[in-house]
Amino acid sequence: MARILQFTLNGRARTDAVADNVLLLDYLREIVGLTGTKTGCDGGECGACTVLVDDKPRLSCLTLAASIEGQRVDTIESLAQGGQLSAVQRGFHEKLGSQCGYCTPGYIMASAGLLRRNVNPTDVEIREALGSNICRCTGYVKIIEAVKHAAALCALGLTP
Amino acid sequence: MNEIVPAHNIGGYVPMVDGPEKVSGRAKYTADLVLPAMLAGRIFRSPYSHAEILDVDVSEAAKLPGVKAVVTGADCDKTFGVLPVARTEHVLARERVRYRGEPLAAVAAIDDATAKEALRRIKITVRELPAYHSVQQAMAPDAIAIHQHRPHNLERDVLFELGDVEAAFAGADLVREGVYNCAEVCQNQMEMHAAIADYDAVRDRMTVHASTQVPYYVHLMLAQILDMDMSKIRVIKPHVGGGFGCRTEALNVELIAALLARKAGGCVRLVVNREETFITHRGRPETDIRLKIGVRQDGRITGVECECIQRGGAHSGYGIVTILYAGSMLYAIYDLDNVKYIGKRVLTNTPPCGAFRGHGTVDVRFAFESLLDEMAGALKLDPFAVRRANLLHAPTFTQNDLMVNSYGLPECLDWVERASGWSARKGKLPRGKGLGMACSHYISGASKPVNWTGEPHATVKLKLDFDGSIVLLTGAAEIGQGSSTVLVQSVAEVLGLDLSRIRIVSGDSEVVPKDNGSYSSRVTFMVGNAAIDAAQNLKSLLVAAAARKLDAKPGEIECLGELYRAGAQDKGLTFEEVVTEALKDTGTITVTGNYSTIPQSHGGKKYRGAAIGGTMGYSYSAQVVEVSVDEDTGVVTIDKVWVAHDCGKALNRLTVEGQVQGSVWMGMGQAMSEEAAYHEGLMLTANMLDYRVPTIADSPPIEVGIVESIDPHGPFGAKEAGEGSLAAFLPALTNAIADATGLRFNNLPVTPDRVFAALEKRARDGTTNGR
Repeated sequence: MARILQFTLNGRARTDAVADNVLLLDYLREIVGLTGTKTGCDGGECGACTVLVDDKPRLSCLTLAASIEGQRVDTIESLAQGGQLSAVQRGFHEKLGSQCGYCTPGYIMASAGLLRRNVNPTDVEIREALGSNICRCTGYVKIIEAVKHAAALCALGLTP
Repeated sequence: MNEIVPAHNIGGYVPMVDGPEKVSGRAKYTADLVLPAMLAGRIFRSPYSHAEILDVDVSEAAKLPGVKAVVTGADCDKTFGVLPVARTEHVLARERVRYRGEPLAAVAAIDDATAKEALRRIKITVRELPAYHSVQQAMAPDAIAIHQHRPHNLERDVLFELGDVEAAFAGADLVREGVYNCAEVCQNQMEMHAAIADYDAVRDRMTVHASTQVPYYVHLMLAQILDMDMSKIRVIKPHVGGGFGCRTEALNVELIAALLARKAGGCVRLVVNREETFITHRGRPETDIRLKIGVRQDGRITGVECECIQRGGAHSGYGIVTILYAGSMLYAIYDLDNVKYIGKRVLTNTPPCGAFRGHGTVDVRFAFESLLDEMAGALKLDPFAVRRANLLHAPTFTQNDLMVNSYGLPECLDWVERASGWSARKGKLPRGKGLGMACSHYISGASKPVNWTGEPHATVKLKLDFDGSIVLLTGAAEIGQGSSTVLVQSVAEVLGLDLSRIRIVSGDSEVVPKDNGSYSSRVTFMVGNAAIDAAQNLKSLLVAAAARKLDAKPGEIECLGELYRAGAQDKGLTFEEVVTEALKDTGTITVTGNYSTIPQSHGGKKYRGAAIGGTMGYSYSAQVVEVSVDEDTGVVTIDKVWVAHDCGKALNRLTVEGQVQGSVWMGMGQAMSEEAAYHEGLMLTANMLDYRVPTIADSPPIEVGIVESIDPHGPFGAKEAGEGSLAAFLPALTNAIADATGLRFNNLPVTPDRVFAALEKRARDGTTNGR
């Protein structure tokens, strides 16, 4: 079965016919063509597919597209404004929070979710917020530095 | 007027040149690519560990509407494999399946649902054979051969004795033997394996996009498997989501995609899932080690005897090289005069192992540094003092003929000893806390590539055109380790230009020069040197053009990057003016830079396979790990890691730190929680929940000290930074646990249940053996 889905994706209203069993992840990647959101596992294991739904981090691989009716979904593609990287994007780039980059969109969205609700997180709060994502390159040290750098940039007025 | 100075691009903290794409979601990985009329590929895998194939019936699958191609072993009788001496693997099994999950057939269909349905319609008939999931089973006298050309399932046995080990033990004050077991581990890189194969039936050409570290090896194997001329094949490496060694050989994924595409006469996308990525494997083999060391009271090592047995899995892969590395790399870190090594690489009915970060060296280093620590304790010597009693003195050749030109291990030891407060704190921590240390090393690329062709080891091209931008063309595979960044930095440094002048194109065989790929930490050293050579060649042309224009001699031209002038009084020429002049003769300029290793680095001939381990430069690492052990639960917490890494010269401190931290942490995963477990050949841990990778919550601060020994042959003095610090973590951890609890753990991973059981056992009967 399919239904008409209406919601806001990266700030723009969308109306699409989607099958009931389509995952939000596959909808974003295969139907809309936003491939920044990554598939890293067979479901709910790695966090690479994290997006924000009404500003809260959500695993798009465990979310049916049909379930986000009327909600606001933000993906990695929404963060840069006017071509300029957001605070979290700059943090991950400048502090090497990203190496191979495959887990990066998930980390950036989870971090953006954190900074949208808490502009000055402690190390423990950062670890808690990113505890369900896996990165295989960095050993996480520079991911923590990246988020703290992003928080400092937010204090200067950048958006997360 | 501002002083004009050339831009300096090495030695600082430089964010990666491809970082903006990665943080914005614009970086395209293989599975992100959309080609016209792409078909969906799926693989049918063996449910048996070991069986004779009687029939693979794909007739019902082929009849399903929407199915465009079905391939089985009957479609390809060629074999593949990374080592020219061991190309024995079929892309799709023929006659026999040898591990659970081995590909037997594959389909391409108009969509994924149809492809999945087609798999359900494939029927196989087999005669099951005895399956051997352990080394003991495979080496039993009555075991049948998994590969007929390998009797007793012995892929390779290695035996060498250099010096006189018995006499060395007789001359020692303490001789001790330890038995160690390291579980099999997987790279588990974040991007699952993916390939898109696009066959142009009109021109008989094949284009393959693949998530690989070695586009050239993929190219070679595609030609072999497809029986196509190499000139008809193009391999493109998009962004790659990590490798850590599992992509250092052509995998069945890209080869199957190509077989499907040719049969379908079109384009096939084959993206395997996480479970299949685990089963494709090529991880570090389960390893059993028996190690015996003799030490004098002054800490000097007199002799070493090491027996190493690896469970290699069902196919050869890099196995012969892995078992050789495990022996040869006993050397080149300490000064050893008497070494005996017995290595056995065993074939088993489990997924094939491969080259995991720290290839071949890690498990033996774990055993060595553990036993040395234990013996230091018995001799009442400080573990640092024991290492210092056995240092090499570079430049030198080891007993097995490995060339060591730069050696920063002493400075690494000094740095971690000081940073960790070792002298003041060791032995004085509260109950349940401990400090441990260990060392490790690694090569900066194998001096002799496995496919030896006689060409330069690395080639880089630079293209300069009317726009004044320099395009760096390289086959070096950027897989997240920063190879593109370091090559751009190297070229910019020679030319004195800002990084923004240089663009890099890597990983498209249609455009870039051949490169052996990203493995054995070769890129910075080999390709970096080639990039420097290319930049120097370009600079010569630009200097000559400037001299012509300024009516001066080339020797009088001063290159300041954006300005070329003949002496300080000359107002000179801008870079653009020099480029315009230089283009007058030839139009677009393309220069080549090469690098070849020197013969002295090619390893020895004292035993069969002695060339393995030869490199232009070894990196060195020392680590101190601080732990807390909860004696009620057995949970070990890493409080802090101090690591010093001798990378010769840090061309980019940011990426060196990132690589060293990543290595240490990957060692931590192997040491504490990661294990590929099987039941009757079925991988039980083929997902990221059961295969326990440390999360951010489990992971410690890792403080990095960079030691710069300035290698005489390295690019600007640099050596590798991405592998050498992995191995030392494992023994530094178990040494720290021994310090905290008095318990020695010789079996990895050291999981809480193992610690708890050992604590319980000690409470019961007072033993101190953590095994």
